[in-house]
Amino acid sequence: MNNAASQTGRGGVVSLKERLAGAQHRLWAFSGLIILLVGFSIASPNFFQTTNIISILQATSVNGVLAIAATLVIISGGIDLSVGTLMTFCAVIGGVLLTNMGLPMYIGIPGALLAGLASGAVSGFFIAKLNIPPFIATLGMMLVFKGLSLAICAGRPIYFNDTEGFSEISTGSIIGELIPALPIPNGVLILFLVAMGAAFILSRTVLGRFIFALGSNEEALRLSGIKVERWKIVVYSLAGGVCAIAGILLASRINSAQPAIGQGYELDAIAAVVIGGTSLSGGRGTMLGTMIGALIISVVANGLRILSVPQEWQIVVTGSIIILAVYADMLRRKK
Amino acid sequence: MSLLVDMQGIEKRFPGVHALKGVQFDLIAGEVHALMGENGAGKSTLMKILSGVYERDDGIVRINGKDAHFSGPREAQDEGVGIIHQELSLMNDLTVAQNIFIGREPHNRFGILDEAALNRNARAIFDDMNVVMDVTAEVGSLTIALQQMVEIAKALSYRSRVLIMDEPTAALNEAETNELFTIIHKMKSEGVGVIYISHKMDEIKRVSDRITVMRDGEYVGTLNSDETPISTIISMMVGRELNHEEMVAPDLTKAPIALEVNNLNRGRFVRDVSFSVKKGEILGFAGLMGAGRTEVARVIFGADQRESGEIRVHGKTCDIQSPSDAVKAGIGYLSEDRKHFGLVLGMNVRSNIAMASMQRFTGFGGLLDEAGMAASADEYIGQLGIRTPSDRQEVRLLSGGNQQKVVIAKWLLRDCDVLIFDEPTRGVDVGAKSEIYRILTELAEDGKAIIVISSELPEVLRVSHRIAVMCEGRLTGFLPAHASQEDIMLLATKTMHAPMKSTSHADGTMP
Repeated sequence: MNNAASQTGRGGVVSLKERLAGAQHRLWAFSGLIILLVGFSIASPNFFQTTNIISILQATSVNGVLAIAATLVIISGGIDLSVGTLMTFCAVIGGVLLTNMGLPMYIGIPGALLAGLASGAVSGFFIAKLNIPPFIATLGMMLVFKGLSLAICAGRPIYFNDTEGFSEISTGSIIGELIPALPIPNGVLILFLVAMGAAFILSRTVLGRFIFALGSNEEALRLSGIKVERWKIVVYSLAGGVCAIAGILLASRINSAQPAIGQGYELDAIAAVVIGGTSLSGGRGTMLGTMIGALIISVVANGLRILSVPQEWQIVVTGSIIILAVYADMLRRKK
Repeated sequence: MSLLVDMQGIEKRFPGVHALKGVQFDLIAGEVHALMGENGAGKSTLMKILSGVYERDDGIVRINGKDAHFSGPREAQDEGVGIIHQELSLMNDLTVAQNIFIGREPHNRFGILDEAALNRNARAIFDDMNVVMDVTAEVGSLTIALQQMVEIAKALSYRSRVLIMDEPTAALNEAETNELFTIIHKMKSEGVGVIYISHKMDEIKRVSDRITVMRDGEYVGTLNSDETPISTIISMMVGRELNHEEMVAPDLTKAPIALEVNNLNRGRFVRDVSFSVKKGEILGFAGLMGAGRTEVARVIFGADQRESGEIRVHGKTCDIQSPSDAVKAGIGYLSEDRKHFGLVLGMNVRSNIAMASMQRFTGFGGLLDEAGMAASADEYIGQLGIRTPSDRQEVRLLSGGNQQKVVIAKWLLRDCDVLIFDEPTRGVDVGAKSEIYRILTELAEDGKAIIVISSELPEVLRVSHRIAVMCEGRLTGFLPAHASQEDIMLLATKTMHAPMKSTSHADGTMP
């Protein structure tokens, strides 16, 4: 009895130490974020204003949700290049259901989500069952979704003018109605909820355990008698569902489904994941890290814009941050 | 007597290979049954069939007298057949407890995990094994020995009545091997049947009750361990008698020193190491796992930076900072992990042999002299007896022994006078082993200075003209060629301090 108790105690201490070690990168990324915030605040009085902070958060919402999808896939040892165009595809499906077919939101939005889940499952099928490398399979799907989106709306955007309350999904503020001093847009609230949900799945559910196990050693998981293929499909499908959420957020913010945009978003999403300390070789990563990564990207873009740095140079800075973040992570690991 | 496992007439074909030809095997409750054979004899294939990884083409498998047909590892586990694979199959980023119960996590109706119960269950298993283990430590942070314990705990957690261990001691040191044997004895007394695969003869004699030998996918015979001399087992494995020539150390008093190392230091594993090797000499390096032998080799080769110390080749001081410096000085290093560091598996024999000497075969504008490379490759294929259909065969298709010869050829072509062999016969079967020993001796006769690092004492004694023994990063002594195993063990355990605890940062130690 005594023995067992002391063991539990020791286990607790060690696991705390482990957790601190794991938190190191996030801590590093987090301090980077703080430094950026402080730096921009000093450089420009317009930066640290409620409206600007809210616009940063609003700008993070779509990329943040996409980055969550990318994180799930990357921790499982895969990669998903199709998150950007799948997001657009889901928005277009939403447009078809809501605007073209005139269906109510309670059908149109679940419909778009279902399209995301199913599309992700298709990618997962190619990867798990046909053994096509994830990079290739999702590169192909990226183009497939892009082409489908353009084909479905014949190259023209679909507007949501007839769907009452659709733009409220992203731009309205439930929190603002309750606390007028805190007009946080719903899009940001949704990002927060999705991140919490994904973090919960990762840390507390069987699915999450298998996501880490897949990325850590797929063969070991197979030899443990787990149907690896099925779980891979689930991971890509879930990621597809999350992309659909991003699609709805984006469509709601610009009150339209623009079939031509989407490509390129996957790179911002993967950048956020990497800056957040998730290993591209799989098995390691956190949602909190990804959220910090997504925020860093938005803060840099916003801050440099306020400082009137041309957009071309903003891109150069973002690229440099990615390299810096990964190098810092490697230094830490080597230690 | 009831049979836990009864396999009869097992057939298995892979494309181009008849892997198992009517093999039989049985297991009694409470026994350790060793399965022996050279690499490629079919041991692992047979065990993968028993554990449901492969499906058999023909034959009967009975578990507890019941016909069994497993279509996956899960079904075999449910019938009480557990396997510890040769390559540890753990998920390094997950904790000990998470690894053990992967796929069987205690959870509620909504799929939400109960981490506390998970850790509690894992702890109970280790308590049962009498092993102290931090079940919340990440597996990747544990020593190989502790990871092995996790594998065993995982197998036991399925309440396995049949436990297959494929080379479980490959990475364990003496003390850890003893721990493992204690656990095996305990399992035996509880009626678990253990199938034990290993190349180490002394272990087989120590731990097993019966021995079954396989050769070329066929069943050769089953014997009682205590009545069977090792030589009988070996001749059954290779199908012929092996002649063990006695090593005769040549007279090297007049030979010049080829490599001299003075006061080499790097971290915990290389402490004040000084020694020299003469032209034509084979210096064996013995020691327990973690004694620092490989680390010394890596420092000499420039793969790791030395903190202090001097390296002299043919009397000249060499400031070796990188492997390329070492190669220039004429030092070649044959890594213990040749598949990762010694060979490009997907490339052919010719390119691999030329790999370190590409400059020699590079003509105007960077064009490669394929004909010259082919000629060199052919020369070494003949000289070393590399068994390959041609120099254009991909290296991954060769056997372990022949792969090792390709690595040797690579360094010979580069004109290396000092060759460091790290575990030269790891993963090489008995027949090819004696061939590699012969090559080592011939190289020494040609005037090469050779260092052989080996964890197998009989191997060190077989090939070395002189033996250096290390313990905890220090050289604890030199012994002549005909030293006894006891002499070596005495030096190998000559610690400066009290025995260190396990080095895993998770602080897991075995009792």
